[in-house]
Amino acid sequence: MKSEKTGAIDRDRASPMLYRPFFWIIALAVAAFAVVPLIGDNVQLRESLLLAAVYITLASNLNIMLGYAGYINFGSIVFFGLGGYISVYLVSAHAWPLAAAELAAGVAVSLLALVFGLGILRLRGAFFALATIGINQGVQAFVSNFEPWGGSAGLYLSTQIFEPLGGAMRSLWVIYFLLVAVMGLSLYLSYAIKTSKFGLGLIAIGQNEDAAVVLGVPAPLYKALAYSLSAFLPALAGGLYFFKSAFIQPSDAFDLSLSTEAMVIVMLGGRGTVTGAAVGAYLYEELRGWLLTSETFSNFQLVVSGVLLLIIVLFVPGGLMGWIYGRWPRMKQVLE
Amino acid sequence: MSALRLLAAAAMFFAAPAFAEEDTLTIGMTLSQTGPLNVDSVAQQRGAELWRDQVNEAGGLKVGDKRYKLRYVTYDDQSQGGRVQQLYTRLIVQDKAQFLFSPYSSGLCATAAVITEQYGRLMLITGGAEPKTYTLGNKYLVQVITSADHYLSGAIGALQSKSAHAKVAFVYSDDPFSKAVTVAAREQAKESGFSIVLDESYAPATTDFSPIINKIVTASADALLGGGHYTDGATLARQIYDQKANLKYVALLVAPDSPEFASLGEAAFGIAVPSQWEIQATYKPEFGPTGAEFVKAFQDKFKIAPDYHAASGYQGGIILQHAIEQAGSIDADKVVAALNAMDVTTFFGHYKIATDAGHHGLQTAHEMVLAQWQKKNGQLEREVVWPKSAQTADILYPLH
Amino acid sequence: MLGIIASIVDGVLIGSVYGLAAMGLTLIWGVMNVVNLTHGAAIVAGMFALYLLTSALDLPPYAVLPLILLGGFLVGVGLYWIAVHRMIGQPPLMFLLSTFSVNLVVIGLATAVWGTGLFNVPVSLPGVTWQRYTFPGTHLLAAALTAVIAGLLYLFLYHTRLGKAVRAVADNREAAELSGIPTTRVLSLAFGLGVALAAAAGMLIATMFPFTVLAGDAYQLKSFVVTALGGLGNPAGALVGGVALGLVEGFAAQFMPVSWTLVIEFVLFVLVLIIFPRGVFAFTRS
Repeated sequence: MKSEKTGAIDRDRASPMLYRPFFWIIALAVAAFAVVPLIGDNVQLRESLLLAAVYITLASNLNIMLGYAGYINFGSIVFFGLGGYISVYLVSAHAWPLAAAELAAGVAVSLLALVFGLGILRLRGAFFALATIGINQGVQAFVSNFEPWGGSAGLYLSTQIFEPLGGAMRSLWVIYFLLVAVMGLSLYLSYAIKTSKFGLGLIAIGQNEDAAVVLGVPAPLYKALAYSLSAFLPALAGGLYFFKSAFIQPSDAFDLSLSTEAMVIVMLGGRGTVTGAAVGAYLYEELRGWLLTSETFSNFQLVVSGVLLLIIVLFVPGGLMGWIYGRWPRMKQVLE
Repeated sequence: MSALRLLAAAAMFFAAPAFAEEDTLTIGMTLSQTGPLNVDSVAQQRGAELWRDQVNEAGGLKVGDKRYKLRYVTYDDQSQGGRVQQLYTRLIVQDKAQFLFSPYSSGLCATAAVITEQYGRLMLITGGAEPKTYTLGNKYLVQVITSADHYLSGAIGALQSKSAHAKVAFVYSDDPFSKAVTVAAREQAKESGFSIVLDESYAPATTDFSPIINKIVTASADALLGGGHYTDGATLARQIYDQKANLKYVALLVAPDSPEFASLGEAAFGIAVPSQWEIQATYKPEFGPTGAEFVKAFQDKFKIAPDYHAASGYQGGIILQHAIEQAGSIDADKVVAALNAMDVTTFFGHYKIATDAGHHGLQTAHEMVLAQWQKKNGQLEREVVWPKSAQTADILYPLH
Repeated sequence: MLGIIASIVDGVLIGSVYGLAAMGLTLIWGVMNVVNLTHGAAIVAGMFALYLLTSALDLPPYAVLPLILLGGFLVGVGLYWIAVHRMIGQPPLMFLLSTFSVNLVVIGLATAVWGTGLFNVPVSLPGVTWQRYTFPGTHLLAAALTAVIAGLLYLFLYHTRLGKAVRAVADNREAAELSGIPTTRVLSLAFGLGVALAAAAGMLIATMFPFTVLAGDAYQLKSFVVTALGGLGNPAGALVGGVALGLVEGFAAQFMPVSWTLVIEFVLFVLVLIIFPRGVFAFTRS
């Protein structure tokens, strides 16, 4: 908690982002995601990297609230789910092109987040965390009853929707690249916030909100902005993910266990660090993929998540990056 | 001499795996080992396993001159749609499954269908009745069970024969299958002259039905039609009994067809269920076992009686087998062509699918029967009560 | 009209058990100033305890209630000394996450052992029929037992020295410490009580409805809604809040499809959290 944050404050803020090595590290990672599966048309790799990209997106954006501002958003998955629903609905019922539907979903969910945020961000700690669960469950219950969105049964897309993108096989690649782009944007957003005055304010709020307010940080505004910003890219990711699945239903879209996993990832990687969310997500996704098909352990993902989280919270609160920065302090100047 | 032997051994070593691979047909599927769909899914899986074992014991699947050993790759989908997609992708891309069987339940079948269509693989749908899946434009889906819109027609017909103007309550699970059933049933009920006094869905995970049951009582309903899958259906049946809703007629989907339903004791008595197949069915098969042979083989292997889920799992197998034999090939397009052309009767009933682009794969010939839990010598047993031509006992009406 | 009354009565009966579940949560919250996210696991433990005791040992269902209360208490105290004690000084964020992760592990293990299928404890009790509506005997007895337990808790908190010590620690831990009360022992007692109440509530719920391993999370959420209504650290408020929630559920169900009551519940939850941070029925902390 302290190490990575004081690291940020010590940083020289003068040099623009393009000159910083970390900017290029992110670019390299994004390029790797895009290029490697293309080698040999490796569909299997693409599928697992797609999930990793989704997790990285969710974790990086969760990090803005959890890592910087110190507000636990148990229900962060609601943005993903709503983005998915709005996107799928616009494409299926109103035949919007994907790009337009995506943008609409992102903007709508961010605005909705702003509205929700204004309501619940005055709550602190546990109350806020519980309220985020309440919002997710409430939205899920509402969507389950909302007939235009298919109610509990959900919405289906016909296979024809892949035609404008060049057929099913090609669409899967296109969607993959778009998701990688969203992932990249999430990493850059997280990085940009961290190195800005806005980010400094958030981190101050995370350390001691009352003191931050006294020091002149406009806490309510910053919190609302952070909450709203942290909703945009997950909404886009949700829209893409569920478009690819050609199917969305409330129990998948608003699955709290996904929020939980995002939280475990943020803590695992290192709360408040950009690299942490990415590395943690990748590692977690690999683990999960293995658990998915392992005969004995297919039901163990909850246990594994729980044990990981417990160990981190009790013994390694700084997560992976915290440990790395502890061993090699100079890494702080390169990674975030 | 020894060098030659070494060479021959080496040749065998390198040739053997290739030989074995060519002779194996891989079929992929997921089953719900955990989650609310577990009971019905396992039954379906057992039917499929019986088919595989019988085929392999007989020397394998005959395709032209070759014989293929059947190999299954199965994963647990935990009754979740998200996992189904990941797992079917894996089955196709990594496990190289040549054919797929569906998961259980319309919702999961629909999600699996997206993947199988994306990759152009044939999938036999043995566990999904909802018709919407077939209107989305597909080439490789084949449904072997009756579709959802016909599920309650037997129940409604049977009710009408006893009470021309019954007051009907529709209380059903909010899932794709039950909703599809109810949409069609509503129309049929109205056409039959019934008045619909209550029409409500409940979340599939509901365990407290008392508010809805109170509403049924308030509405003075004579008959209850609805339910969903096993877990919610069994719970609803139990609570109707505990709360003494005293209905004259109850027909619930899926749940009462499972042998486990008998464990509800008195609460099970009189409950009717639309069934894809019952042990007493007397279809004359053109190929495959008779009903009695299937029941005996299943009972010998699994020590319990088969229900219609098990039968549908098995049906998927023998239909696929017949199509492959007819096509003389395991090429997906040739097998689909054979499936499109088939019009046959097996122990399970009739099979014929729609082949127009707007409905490809929809089952059009298979028919449902209505079964009801009655007492025979003090023991709870299921009797076929409708249609009259297939009945083994008269329908019990009114229950109260 | 009759239907509405029947639904309200049934709602109140079930709601009281929600209140019992929440009492445990709010007690721990009030005394230790922490949110216990293992609450759901405790509820499920009570459910499974009933199931195992009645099926394995063939005991009559309600006879195991004292066993479950005692067992829950001992487990709670044990858990406190093993894990919770060292977490007390930690920032609330960490406590929240650590109890959350313990809950994940427990539920995960339970899922691995028992699967996610539905379990049912068959309890047959004659119900009370009024007009054409029947109130199941299980609902009536569960509400009655809740009242008994709540009454016992009240007697404990207000008429025993130990109970007064608990209230003192809840009010102001430093002051209590200074006046010689062994606060850590009191904290462990309170935690034990909280778990016992949650387990008892789980047991009573299991006599009324079938349950799955994942039911704990759903009832934990309801407990939070009730706690929000009744106010933190206020067991009486929790009971009233529970009844109120049951009432809302029963009443609302009459006028809209039953599936909408969940939406109402969560909207209520978020609104109450925002408007009444100290609870709608926040009596003065006693």
